[in-house]
Amino acid sequence: MFTFILKRLGQSVLVMAVVSAISFSLFNFVGDPVNNMVGQDATREQRLEIRDALGLDDPITTQYARFMGNALQGEFGLSYRIKQPVDELILARLPATLELVFVSALIALVIGIGLGVYTGIRRKSWVSRTILSTSLIGVSLPTFIIGISLIYIFAVWLRWLPSSGRSGTVELGWWKTSFLTIDGWRSIILPAITLSLFQLTLILRLVRAEMLEVMRTDFIKFARARGLSERAINFTHALRNTLVPVITIIGLNIGGLIAFSVITETVFQWPGTGLMFIQAVDFVDVPIMAAYLVFVALLFVAINLVVDILYMFVDPRIRLGD
Amino acid sequence: MRFSRVSGVSAIALTAALAVAAPASAENVLRWTSQGDALTLDPHSQNEGPTNAMNGQMYESLVTRDADLALQPELAESWTAADDGWTFNLRKGVKFHNGEDFTAEDVVFSFQRAKEEASDFKEQAKSVSAVEIIDDHTVRLITDGPNPILPNQLTGILMMDSGWAEANNVVKPQDFKAKEESFAARNTNGTGPFKLISRAPDELTVLEANGDWWGKGKFPGNIDKIEYRPIANAATRVASLLSGEVDFVLDPPLQDLKRIESADGLKVSTVAQIRSIFFGMDQGVDELRSSDVKGKNPFKDAKVREAFNLAIDKAAIQRVVMEGLSFPTAMITPPGVLGNTPELDESYGFDVEKAKALMVEAGYPDGFSIQLDCPNNRYNNDEKICQAAVAMLAKIGVKVKLDAIPKAQHFPKIQNRTSDFYMLGWGVPTLDSHYVFSYLLEGEGSWNATGYNNAKVNEITKAITTQTDIPKRTAMIDEAWQIIKADMPYVPIHHQVIAWGMADGFDIPIASDDSLRPRFAVKK
Repeated sequence: MFTFILKRLGQSVLVMAVVSAISFSLFNFVGDPVNNMVGQDATREQRLEIRDALGLDDPITTQYARFMGNALQGEFGLSYRIKQPVDELILARLPATLELVFVSALIALVIGIGLGVYTGIRRKSWVSRTILSTSLIGVSLPTFIIGISLIYIFAVWLRWLPSSGRSGTVELGWWKTSFLTIDGWRSIILPAITLSLFQLTLILRLVRAEMLEVMRTDFIKFARARGLSERAINFTHALRNTLVPVITIIGLNIGGLIAFSVITETVFQWPGTGLMFIQAVDFVDVPIMAAYLVFVALLFVAINLVVDILYMFVDPRIRLGD
Repeated sequence: MRFSRVSGVSAIALTAALAVAAPASAENVLRWTSQGDALTLDPHSQNEGPTNAMNGQMYESLVTRDADLALQPELAESWTAADDGWTFNLRKGVKFHNGEDFTAEDVVFSFQRAKEEASDFKEQAKSVSAVEIIDDHTVRLITDGPNPILPNQLTGILMMDSGWAEANNVVKPQDFKAKEESFAARNTNGTGPFKLISRAPDELTVLEANGDWWGKGKFPGNIDKIEYRPIANAATRVASLLSGEVDFVLDPPLQDLKRIESADGLKVSTVAQIRSIFFGMDQGVDELRSSDVKGKNPFKDAKVREAFNLAIDKAAIQRVVMEGLSFPTAMITPPGVLGNTPELDESYGFDVEKAKALMVEAGYPDGFSIQLDCPNNRYNNDEKICQAAVAMLAKIGVKVKLDAIPKAQHFPKIQNRTSDFYMLGWGVPTLDSHYVFSYLLEGEGSWNATGYNNAKVNEITKAITTQTDIPKRTAMIDEAWQIIKADMPYVPIHHQVIAWGMADGFDIPIASDDSLRPRFAVKK
């Protein structure tokens, strides 16, 4: 077992190294940061000087080695755009993203499982059919369109919710939270729904399919024969047996939510890491892009590692086969 | 009685808690938005639109421009030219936000700081070689030789308090190699009409009117508080204006103007911008990089350049691509800049037949192929203009391959002079043709990727930096533009238009430099 974990850890380090190397080599194609760092009236010599000082003319392998060397010492440099330490910037923005992801995961879970169970049990009712066909919106419409539509309905037309931004935050130490004020909740709700729709649809359909499967099995028939109430059968016996694959998918998708909050955050001007990343790409702010991509890779690798280890406990065959 | 009093208090508390979004009625609050947030509050660190817009509300310069872009006294009350510099009489009784007096020493310090290696304003401050204190409220800005347009070059150089800078260790602007953020990036101490109250980058910056401002009562503005929230996404930005969450949008996308105008309680104002859009043609190299013409450069032939100018229908671009929001031109600098005249600005016209004939005369009856480099996130409808040009040039046989890419990749092609044919836009902060000549037309100009190198134009560019006889100088500028109009190193397309969207309850004078001037903003 110990060797299994060690092996997985070794693989994770390898994945991290490859991901960071690939993302780093891509920066060569994003453009020239110097152009954004100086005004249009800077001379050619001044531009060359900055390129030289930043080491932008070094071969990409040298730049990568330098980046990794610094990163291993916890040194991610200063943002080209706002000239603040990158690790501080990411830490300051992380609460906004994590809270957004938390709320959207919650929405996706509660509504997704609820509707999944319902449509799984009442599979012929017109309500189920309507839910299933409208849920297609969640997977087929781009996040951008969903976000803008919600803004126009709830902020411009009904004027119930703010169109963008993150107001009503309260500081708890270095962590800024939206959860303690009405205003905070009002601003998080639209972006959270936008971000959750895709996952919600996924969970809904997964739970429904699993429910249909489970409902056909013998133990449900026996449970019915024993005279258990429908409620007990549906929620204690059937649902519990559908949850194993659902939890796996959710675990993997939390990483996805963080990584893909980029578009939602841009549409709603949500001041999280995703918005910061988009602005960094626009500006060719290499230190931020590099650190952010390494951070996202680390997140995925960590989640995968945890899932792998959990599997080992859940399913002894994986351990034995090793 | 006791009961009702308690419930009365809690009712007030409840109303207060619920009314978080509603501003206090006695205050005139201007809530506004635009695409980007200031990168820093350091007045010399970044010479960039949103940063200058933010800092210009808290800091001031010696000389400024009003909404009509006329030069106006700000921290200097008057100025006079001499052979080796200019004397500025400083405004008396001006205080920084921390209560310190503004004196000649601060001017000396601010110029020194703006000239530092890490300053992004060193090019603008370059013409001032030294600052001499005559008395507490008089300074002499020494220049290398006479400089007729020095006041024009100073409107971007903001004044800082030397004592505050020393106390907070921000005597130099922040260096990009530094390890830590500078104190001046988040803290301000200017003399301007507004003071910083709070700031959360990319979220909200709140400014409050400075009660001790020297200009109090001298300007029509009546804004007590400014709330700025940047919104990166254009559709969201417009939505926040439509929903009444902001009163003013600096940069609504052109295609949304009709919708803003038709909304209740909102209006749009437009004005010609100090920015022209044009195509550059590389006539300097011996062989174009992307063309099928080998061994020679078709752009070296003036007939080809003229054919390009005649084949691109600028009026159609204005009508179809820009929905009327542009001014077609034959100049690469707009009205408002010294040197632009109505005669020079008159378009070359649109004549496909003549263009075809010119191509035949030049020896390219079947045209040739070339790549057009174009940004896709910099100017109004930049990529669409290029697409239109591709179709128009096809009519004279020129097969254009369009490469529309983000500005961060596009601009290096121009700076490194590796583009054959490219789009560029140019704004002129000094409102003087010298700024256009020295960057775009002088042989060595850092943004002149056309290879255009005309001895007379180069000579005039140099001469007008020191020519103090204004009529003579203006005549020289005109002469250079006549040569350029005949030589056609560029294909001028149009001057851009600025559009602002705002609530009916506000009167905010629009300006060609796209700057918000809150001291003139009135809430009705």
